[in-house]
Amino acid sequence: MKKVLLALYGNDIAPRFDLAPEVQIVTFDREGGEEVKTIVLPRPSAETLCQIATAENIEAVICGGIEEEYLQYLRWKKIEVIHSIIGAADAALPRFRLGSLKPGDILVERRK
Amino acid sequence: MKHVLKCTFGLKPLGYLEQSITQRKPQIMKNLPVDISSALDEVPLGISILNKDRKILFINRALEAMSGFSRGECEGLPCSSVLRFSNCIENCPLADIAEREKNILEGDIITQDHQKIPVLVTFAPLVNGRGRVTGYIETVEDLRKRRTVDPIRIHPFSFGDIIGRSPQMEKIFKFLPAIAQSDSPVLITGQIGTGKDLLASAIHYASPRAKNPFVIFRCGALPDNLIESELFGHEKGAFPGATENKPGKFRFAQNGTLFIAEIGDLPPSLQLKLLTYLDEKTIYPLGGTRNFSADVRVIAATSLNLEQIARGGHFRKELFFRLNAVSLHLPPLKDRDGDIRLLLEHFMRSHASPQKKALLGFSPECLRVLEEYTYPGNVLELKHIVEYAVNICRGEIIGIRDLPSYLTETFEDLVTPLAASSPSPVEASVEDGMDWSAVERKMITNALIKAKGRRSRAAQLLGWGRSTLWRKMKHYGLAAPGDEGLREIGQ
Repeated sequence: MKKVLLALYGNDIAPRFDLAPEVQIVTFDREGGEEVKTIVLPRPSAETLCQIATAENIEAVICGGIEEEYLQYLRWKKIEVIHSIIGAADAALPRFRLGSLKPGDILVERRK
Repeated sequence: MKHVLKCTFGLKPLGYLEQSITQRKPQIMKNLPVDISSALDEVPLGISILNKDRKILFINRALEAMSGFSRGECEGLPCSSVLRFSNCIENCPLADIAEREKNILEGDIITQDHQKIPVLVTFAPLVNGRGRVTGYIETVEDLRKRRTVDPIRIHPFSFGDIIGRSPQMEKIFKFLPAIAQSDSPVLITGQIGTGKDLLASAIHYASPRAKNPFVIFRCGALPDNLIESELFGHEKGAFPGATENKPGKFRFAQNGTLFIAEIGDLPPSLQLKLLTYLDEKTIYPLGGTRNFSADVRVIAATSLNLEQIARGGHFRKELFFRLNAVSLHLPPLKDRDGDIRLLLEHFMRSHASPQKKALLGFSPECLRVLEEYTYPGNVLELKHIVEYAVNICRGEIIGIRDLPSYLTETFEDLVTPLAASSPSPVEASVEDGMDWSAVERKMITNALIKAKGRRSRAAQLLGWGRSTLWRKMKHYGLAAPGDEGLREIGQ
């Protein structure tokens, strides 16, 4: 089982961890299934997200920009942080599952 | 006149922007007989030009330095994903620009280096000859530069954003003004969470370079093969995938300060390259044939014992000596006499104020727990504990029940027997680099040794229930395989 938390803004990974109004917690089981839980926050807060991540025994956090102190805190709690992701949650999750999602990945088509 | 803006950014052909400017920029700017991108690069204020869908067309060098994104990286991306301006995310000012009376907003941005920077953003629509909005222009001013001269922010026991009144911190504060005025490289050492970043930032903003960029680079955050390119930049075609020129952190930090965090993780080949820069003030971008002169002050930091590493041959001694000419050591929080109380009050006020909570302080029991705790995560951990407590507290006084559970689980149960001088208290000496799990594991081992393997007695010494001790033993791998946790040796 692997549990991952995505900091969301609508369907996209929130550009900022501290301003994400909702989170999605996805649990992958060994058989390939997944369980999705969505939590809407009363107000965006990096502190609350850190508490959720530790309380839910999250193994990885997928987010956009994140402040250094929260990044260090989560890493200190042995939580992998895949930060600076730009794109939709639906695009990030399959890559995470394949182990190919890395910090700074841009998952949107650049519109020039 | 379409070819008037045919120009380069200095590092690479204008490419897409050249095309986009001629296609999308308003007529008045198209007709300017100047190399607009080079001109914008010289402006010491962050500038971005967006299309009407709020996608980035161009950012100038000052905004590259501030945001950490290079021009090529952010072209075509939504402004909110690059700038990460607080107001963009909550309420994009460009969405209703026509109705807005004020085109200036104060907020903050999160950079690629994970810094939250207070900024003032000014924005305006770009309108074509027919009065239609074809894009937007934004300027971004780093407000930290203003803070350096703001007398309201002066705290009696602080330097920059670092607070402390312990003799250990006063000694550091005493040296900082002189260090800030010099241009020598600085080495900052200290455990995780002691505030090395804040100290580097405080030195920069107290220095004559304060009006120029303060750029952060973290060696540990990148694989070795990317560090050279990120730090020194690369030329197009330097390696497979290098499809465009990359300026590198040294160029971003021109005339300012480059803070290199976790310098101990810098690969040996780049240690030599950094040493060359410190001696010659010249940068050689990866794959480039031309070097450039850089005027950048280097501040390095590490949580490792760099001297020992250099002695072991894993870090260049010459570089260590060069950096160590001016060195500052930030002590662990547990060794800063009297600072815990000061920081508790400071963080309580700073977290309570935005939430409009009228908190008066901490209860005596709560203070005892917080002052007895060893803070393996140092000031960073203390800050998180207080932030949590402020969020949870519903009254005017923060009590023991408002603290995170890992403190109350251990300290309510463990410190009480210690304070009451229990006949056989269990202690675990905290060594540098130990996290809470390591300390707790050591405490359990000590208790079991003292109790001669009897778990009931060990649990009693620790002030825990037997089931708590069993659960924690299992968690730390201290229970024998097949042990159900119910049998007691000698019972």
